[in-house]
Amino acid sequence: MPLLKIENLSKSFGGLKALSNLDIEINQGELIGLIGPNGAGKTTVFNILTGVYEKTEGKMTFMDKDLSGLKPYQVTLRGMARTFQNIRLFNDLSVIDNVKVAYHQRTSYSSISALFRLPSYYSGEEEMQRKAMELLKIFNLADKAEETAKNLPYGEQRRLEIARALATDPQLLLLDEPAAGMNPQETHDLMNLIRWIREKFKLTILLIEHDMSLVMGVCERIYVLDYGVIIAQGTPDDIKRNPKVIEAYLGEEVV
Amino acid sequence: MDSITTQVFQQIINGLSLGSIYALIALGYTMVYGIIKLINFAHGDVMMVGAYAGWFAITALHLPFLPALLFSMIFCALLGVIIERIAYKPLRNATRIAALITAIGVSLFLEYGGMLIVTAQVRTYPPVFPATQYIVGGVYFKYGDIVMLVTAVVLMALLHFTVQYTKVGKAMRAVSFDKEAALLMGINTNNIISFTFAIGSALAAAAGVLMGVYFNTINPLMGIIPGLKAFVAAVLGGIGIIPGAMVGGLMLGLVEAIVSGLGASTWRDAVAFLILILVLIIKPSGLFGKNVREKV
Amino acid sequence: MRNWFNRKNSITLLGIVLLYAVVQGLIVLDIMPPFYMLTLILICIYIILSTSLNLINGIAGQFSVGHAGFMAVGAYVSAMITVLLKGPLILGLLAGATGAALAGLIVGLPTLRLKGDYLAIATLGFGEIVRIVFLNMDFVGGAAGLTLPKQITWSWAFPLMVLSVILIKNFVGSTHGRACISIRENEIAAESMGVNTTKYKVMAFTMGAFFAGLAGGIYANYMYIIQPGTFSFLKSFDILVMVVLGGLGSISGAIVGAIVYTFISALLTGIPEWRLVITAVFLIVMMMFRPTGIMGTKEFSLSFLGKKGDKNAASKN
Repeated sequence: MPLLKIENLSKSFGGLKALSNLDIEINQGELIGLIGPNGAGKTTVFNILTGVYEKTEGKMTFMDKDLSGLKPYQVTLRGMARTFQNIRLFNDLSVIDNVKVAYHQRTSYSSISALFRLPSYYSGEEEMQRKAMELLKIFNLADKAEETAKNLPYGEQRRLEIARALATDPQLLLLDEPAAGMNPQETHDLMNLIRWIREKFKLTILLIEHDMSLVMGVCERIYVLDYGVIIAQGTPDDIKRNPKVIEAYLGEEVV
Repeated sequence: MDSITTQVFQQIINGLSLGSIYALIALGYTMVYGIIKLINFAHGDVMMVGAYAGWFAITALHLPFLPALLFSMIFCALLGVIIERIAYKPLRNATRIAALITAIGVSLFLEYGGMLIVTAQVRTYPPVFPATQYIVGGVYFKYGDIVMLVTAVVLMALLHFTVQYTKVGKAMRAVSFDKEAALLMGINTNNIISFTFAIGSALAAAAGVLMGVYFNTINPLMGIIPGLKAFVAAVLGGIGIIPGAMVGGLMLGLVEAIVSGLGASTWRDAVAFLILILVLIIKPSGLFGKNVREKV
Repeated sequence: MRNWFNRKNSITLLGIVLLYAVVQGLIVLDIMPPFYMLTLILICIYIILSTSLNLINGIAGQFSVGHAGFMAVGAYVSAMITVLLKGPLILGLLAGATGAALAGLIVGLPTLRLKGDYLAIATLGFGEIVRIVFLNMDFVGGAAGLTLPKQITWSWAFPLMVLSVILIKNFVGSTHGRACISIRENEIAAESMGVNTTKYKVMAFTMGAFFAGLAGGIYANYMYIIQPGTFSFLKSFDILVMVVLGGLGSISGAIVGAIVYTFISALLTGIPEWRLVITAVFLIVMMMFRPTGIMGTKEFSLSFLGKKGDKNAASKN
């Protein structure tokens, strides 16, 4: 049984069909790439999976359960986490508080304990602090824990966003262009980081990316999306040779 | 005609008269919101100033109705531009809440600053129109009602023409659509924004004069409630949309007249706000608006 | 309990008790001028109002301008208990606050889907509806209002204010408060991180309404009379101005804002015709030169007193 199974998924915005009849299957532990030209509908797939948009048609099964009609926070509770193409950190919060927000859904203490500062408040906060610091250490952000998120350099903001997503304790991690705006060295480091967190957290990862060296370097299988339709899938080598993909990326004349 | 039908028609006439005043004020709200996304809470008070300017022109300068209306409109157009330049322009890039607080400040300033100048005393508008009434099928049309409706319709038609067919109107629409792009296209956005305030304020002034004529009395706090109502009207029609403000204003006037006609006039304002909340919950973009959602 | 009386909390507590005792001493010795007394009680009331509105506007980022409506519900419900049913004051205050919280829940559930200006206008409309409802209720006096015995003293108002501020501060400093702040910062990201945004928006709104209702009850039982006109949207603006004046999002700011604004209003009572003109100019100038308010989003901190700061207790130990 695959971890995530998308069957016949379609989405229309008004009269415009953004996605048509998508079929995607992701198995436990895989690292999958989702690529395609600008406007192909990649981010729309993420938005529908995470409940930000509603699907028009189709079926999504995650860990044997139907995802339809769930709100984003419910999807997160089921074990799916994401990052955003245009970074969406909690800008005015500290780095560590950004991570703590993601731990919120697993908090043990109630708002009553918070109001009256009952013992469970203190133990709950201490535990959250400890877990958040551990995670920040992994991402090399521990020394910046108290810094305001918006003051971090760009690359660290991207890293923090991944750390924050991991704090929700996901099975499946959706990364939306994690290397956008990074230089080759940073991209290379990111590639290693992605491989490493997959081992460490036993994650399954679905990745949208424009940087081909990153996609071809880390992904085991790739889906290619063009005009809302899957035009190819397979291993990086298959994809590189697929004439349809080359056409979609470079235009007909070249082929 | 039987008496109930007559009464209904009578309330419709009353409602349209009141509604045309709301529509005139709502236009200013909607234009300003459309162009700089500011809820100009001081707009109702500009209308109050317009009412006083008209009153001054009629009683002290002994002008007839139309010149007095024009005097008041020009006066408030200038006032609108001054308010925009002094209070709002420095906040062009500030947070919405800062701009809103400033608008509240300007509103209080006009109300209580005005009170210092003209005192809190209620003033009476002299009768500018003959008390002639026309009776058509048992429904009374006051001469004033007709002048009001005609004035309002003419002004709205003028505005519509300006926005749709003139160069400056095209620039206004461009600025409201995308301020940066308009600037890059060589449009002087500051002037366009000032122009928008001038037109909106002039329309409010006209509403003020009409209101003075219609209700006979004016006072420095008279702008608050009609201002809020006009805002409701603007939201009802779809804020930022000019025809929406006209229809919203007329509809609100009609609803209020019906509520009053049913003998529940103390609930009139509550009904207006209830409509506001319902519109916002059911279709926040108003009757004429399109829903836009945030891109993720 | 070990955490309750750390160094910083103990010093704060000492300061609070001292402040209470000094004022109470002046009252017992009968040398407190009535006008100062009025101002002090009003400051307590407005601190509750501004910190609770700050919870909605500053912490959860939901732009509400209907606080006077909740205050009115609290005032009238508590008056119904204490005057019409001759119930005890504490019951009246609690019922008023609960009634306001209920109103907050009913208003919040449908309207909190709205954003920004739209929410502001909806809450403003709600506040006006509340006022008109009370205006049309003849058994609470209609427009003429309802007279009440003056039961609130310094010993009621001050401790209730302190309690309200502590509870709000405790909420904000917890994971639940952080959930609210994350909505203000980025609603879509908050929801994607597992925060049930609807729940927390409504929670902040209801809690804010609860304390506004409490403040309304205190107000009603101090001022001898309540009238619907008192709770118009101008009152909501007053409270909003205090919050912004102090610094949106800062609890200490809300307190400072309430004190400064009430104090300035009190100073200007001698020249009533100028009072609102000066307030207006002050607002405009303030927004031009320091739109973030007196405190910005910062908090007063006594953390230099001990390594265990209260707000940052978890992050610093």
